[in-house]
Amino acid sequence: MRALKHNVSIGILVLAPSIIAIAIFVYGFIAWTVRVSFSNWNSFTALLRGVYKFVGFRNYIRLFRDFRFQTDLWNTLFFTLFFLAGAILLGLLLAALIDRGLKGSRIFQNIFLFPMALSFVVTGTVWSWIFAPGTLPMDPQGVNLLLHKLGLDKLMWGWYTSTQHFGRFNVALLPVIIAAVWQLSGYTMAMYLAGLRGIPSSLIEAAKVDGATDFQIFWKVKMPLLKPITLSAMIILGHISLKIFDLVFSMTGSGPNFVTDVPAIYMFELTFRSNRYAMGSAIAIVMLVMVAVVIVPYLIGSLRKES
Amino acid sequence: MKRLMVVVCVLFAVFIFAGENKLEIFSWWTGGGEEEGLLALFDLFHKYYPDVEIINAAVAGGAGTNAKAVLKTRMLGGNPPDSFQVHAGMELIDTYVVTNMMEPITWILKEMGVLDKFPKAILDICSYNGEVYSIPVNVHRANVVFYNKKIAEEIGMTREPITWTEFIYYLKKAKEKGYVGLALGDKNKWTSLHLFESIMLAELGPDKYNALWKGEASFNDPAIEKALEIMKELLEFINNDHAAMTWQDATRLVFEGKAFCNMMGDWAEGYLKTLGWTPGKEFGWFALPGTQNAFMVVSDTFGLPKGAPHRENAIKWLKLIASVEAQDVFNPIKGSIPARLDADKSKYDPYLTWSMNDFATKALCPSIIHGSAAPESFATALMDAINTFVSTRNVERTFQEILYIAEDNGYLTD
Repeated sequence: MRALKHNVSIGILVLAPSIIAIAIFVYGFIAWTVRVSFSNWNSFTALLRGVYKFVGFRNYIRLFRDFRFQTDLWNTLFFTLFFLAGAILLGLLLAALIDRGLKGSRIFQNIFLFPMALSFVVTGTVWSWIFAPGTLPMDPQGVNLLLHKLGLDKLMWGWYTSTQHFGRFNVALLPVIIAAVWQLSGYTMAMYLAGLRGIPSSLIEAAKVDGATDFQIFWKVKMPLLKPITLSAMIILGHISLKIFDLVFSMTGSGPNFVTDVPAIYMFELTFRSNRYAMGSAIAIVMLVMVAVVIVPYLIGSLRKES
Repeated sequence: MKRLMVVVCVLFAVFIFAGENKLEIFSWWTGGGEEEGLLALFDLFHKYYPDVEIINAAVAGGAGTNAKAVLKTRMLGGNPPDSFQVHAGMELIDTYVVTNMMEPITWILKEMGVLDKFPKAILDICSYNGEVYSIPVNVHRANVVFYNKKIAEEIGMTREPITWTEFIYYLKKAKEKGYVGLALGDKNKWTSLHLFESIMLAELGPDKYNALWKGEASFNDPAIEKALEIMKELLEFINNDHAAMTWQDATRLVFEGKAFCNMMGDWAEGYLKTLGWTPGKEFGWFALPGTQNAFMVVSDTFGLPKGAPHRENAIKWLKLIASVEAQDVFNPIKGSIPARLDADKSKYDPYLTWSMNDFATKALCPSIIHGSAAPESFATALMDAINTFVSTRNVERTFQEILYIAEDNGYLTD
């Protein structure tokens, strides 16, 4: 009994520094941000005076009435949907191809994984050159130049400079989604590949003995077993896309009429360019809630499984 | 024994602080001619004060967007640099002067006897309650149109346009010949407000424009609505990939012979020169129509924060940059004109001489987007409104939006 107590206290002692650091630098600052978001600190002078004036949900109400913020939320929604679907489907496809063990699949496995090693800023800059439309129709650039050379002039369009939209979906988001999918589909591929390699061969063989086709084996045997992987991939990609900043910022900025704007960019500009700290904090909290809605159920689920 | 320790400690401290003969200069001059200009100033400083060690605390990033954030953190944390670069006007006054973080430096200019060597209007922009708070080193003009002379010849432009009708006539001609009329690169959003503020200046006229910021004129003025109408007309002639371009890309369109002209601050002149063009030969310039009698000022200045660690050296620095010698060393390299009126004109190219003459004679007006006229919250909000306007081109709604923004920031709107 005594030895156990001793062990526990040593454990606490060892963990204490990180617990304290996390308590201050993560949860303490979240609490502080919440406090700021309910204040009137919307100028440098107000911040410096340091007098706290509680204004309730005023900053939040202003935000949700703001055209730019509304656009941001719709953009985030569509970006997340298409990005998740794209990265997961492409990742699964690549994993299935590599898993067949064709000649050279090892090399391709690495090639597909490489983009993940780049930073979003690099990806953003390069793709912004690729999708820069040029002055249409006389002087196309990037992808448009390629289409022009192929004689597909009809397919040339403004890419991320386009202000067209279907309902609330801005088509200018498509190039950004393509860049994001390009960067992270290799990562989902690696996750699925690990899952596929972990499926016991006895299961596959049993299915074969029962006369299942390859197609049936993939959808009826492998896919159900890969479910937890799909879920983790969705969680990981989902929280990246809800918080995305660097890729969009370096690739397109907020775009004409905010067609490619996301909450993180607006937060940055409000806080560090306009000195409207309370409004910036309110966006930070909205983003935190969005991510929490995705992640908390997952965490609860995995905790339950463990116990 | 204890006493000895204390003595040793005190001596040690004295030694450290006495040995620290430094000067920390904060700026965002890290690229091209800017950095060279700054280093030339440092060399000049060393000539007079060889034993002072200069710390170059420059933070990279166009127009100082990153540097300003770093500076705010340092000022809030009570760790100011000895002197820092800041745009003349509200960027300094609204952020640091009204919050009582700067020392007035009128006495430095008085002591040097140069108070009247700067135009009164520019010192007014740098002042608050009758005290000057920063010393302007250089001046850029924002309301200039640079054009490709070869294309101008092709479309039959014999004389630079001075009215909107003439200007739009030539833009139309350029468009008919297959050129982009007016190159715009608003990927970073500020360039469209840069264009709009000068159109606003043209329509309001310099007196009314300047009165807006003093709370003596109202934003609810048909001239501002008219400015939006004119902007809308000009937008018919821009390149359709403007949202994928920076200002350099837009200026380059003129250089590559794809666009007739580009409305930009005269840093574009420096850029065209680095691309290999000679002012007056391959490219010409004129003030944006309607603003011939005005000079939209973008000026970099240096001030003295309270609690500067090496105050004595900072004062030496400020005295140096206020001198003609320093201004004539810095500006030809940076490609801007000196803020002093008695500078040596022979050191500057034809464009800059033209600009110097106008600077001395025309009405000086503070720029919005470059931080002089209004607080940063006003400038960024207006920038967003104009960014939307470039796509929607809805005059009525944007005008309403401008009124809201003005009201939010305490300007007259009735």
